[in-house]
Parts: sequence; structure tokens; C-alpha cells
Amino acid sequence: MIPTVRLQREPFDAAAETALLTRGRSDIGALVTFTGICRGDEAGEPIAALTLEHFPGMAEAEIERHVADAKERWPLTGVTVIHRHGRIEPGDGIVLVVTASSHREAAFAAAEFLMDFLKTRAPFWKQVERADGTSWIEAKKTDDAAADRWTRTAARREAAE
Amino acid sequence: MSVKVRYFAWVRERIGKPEEEILPPASVTTVGGLMDWLAGRGEEYAYAFENRNVIRAAIDRAHARPDTAIKDAREIAFFPPMTGG
Repeated sequence: MIPTVRLQREPFDAAAETALLTRGRSDIGALVTFTGICRGDEAGEPIAALTLEHFPGMAEAEIERHVADAKERWPLTGVTVIHRHGRIEPGDGIVLVVTASSHREAAFAAAEFLMDFLKTRAPFWKQVERADGTSWIEAKKTDDAAADRWTRTAARREAAE
Repeated sequence: MSVKVRYFAWVRERIGKPEEEILPPASVTTVGGLMDWLAGRGEEYAYAFENRNVIRAAIDRAHARPDTAIKDAREIAFFPPMTGG
């Protein structure tokens, strides 16, 4: 299975990406698609757009590292991760994660795992654009906690072995 | 030995440039030490590194910690906690 990892400025088409991943395959029993979408408000205030800055080279490397990690943890038969950068308006997709497996547990878990790590380890930064100026979104402690639980499961698994 | 440093998001904005070549003294051996040294280079650096605990770093495009050695690094990046996804 060769995963698809792509960074792009352009919008993505989730339906086209899943069709591409599943075309001609009969080994996929479960497909999970997650799309992160730009909301029209941030902290209760309306926004005009989000601009995503990223660290080219490291962003791809970091996503590929976590995709490889996901492949080791679950029996995946397909993975697609697309992350956009640049200016994104409310209603438009920011990130797409597609995971495929024989059964749903692996597909659900791997999609969540990849999203938790994209939020906290992939070098992207969101800047909010409002009518009166711009500001950087602050990292959330809840996102760190979400990513940490996977490290804890790994530690537990190792302790049990 | 000269090393390339890169800054992202508000660290970049505060320092006022996306990257530069620097020549830290031999006494600077870790990521944390480099932050201390950079913070002493001027007001804009002091502002960018005022809360050093929140600044993240990468060496040659892999996450690094304050105690990571910078020996042999070709490129060191400093940035705020990530907010992608």
C-alpha cells in the first residue's frame, strides 16, 4: 500500500480522492473520510478567512512519519492525507484524511490518530483574518491531550508485552 | 560554524525575517542555549523568545527539544506550537 500525502494551495475534492483510493479494489471493507473545514467564526467572532503558513519539507516529512506509524499500528489498506496551505475561506476544506482497512475499527482509529498528530506535530500555523486585522490561533491544550493518549496506549502496550 | 535558522508564524513576524545565517559561539551547544543566545541579539529577538517555554524547534526538519545538541545541524527552525489540521 502506497499512501498519498500531498500539500497544496488548491481546494481538494474528497469524493474524487476516495474514488481514486478505492477504484478497482475488493480488499477494502471500511473507508473513513475526515474533512476539516474552515468555520466562519473563531472564539465567537466572525472571520473573513484563515491563512495557513507551513514549513515546506518538514510538513511532508512529519505527515509521512505519522502515516508510517499508523500503518504499523493498524492493518491499513489505503491512506490519503491532503493538507492545504495559503488563504482558505469559510466553508472550504483545510485537511482531508482518508483511511481504508478490511474492518472499521482500524479505519476509524487510524483516521483519528492521524488527525490528532496533524493538529499537534505537523508544522502548520493558522492565522485568522478579520475585518479589523489578523491574529494567530493559539494551540489548544485539548489537542495536546488528544495526541498524548496515543503515546499512553503505546506505553501500555509495551508494558503489557 | 555557521548555521541557517528559520522562523515561522509569530516568531518570524516578531524577528522580522524568515531566515538568516548565524554564527553562534562554540559555548552554544543546545537548542535551548541557542534560544538564550538569540534572545540577546536585540529587542526583536528578545520579544520573539520572551516566553521560551512555548517556542518549538526543529533540527534539519525533525522536532527537537531544548536539550537537543545543535552540533552538526545544517538548519534549525523556531516556531510557535503548531495549529494545523
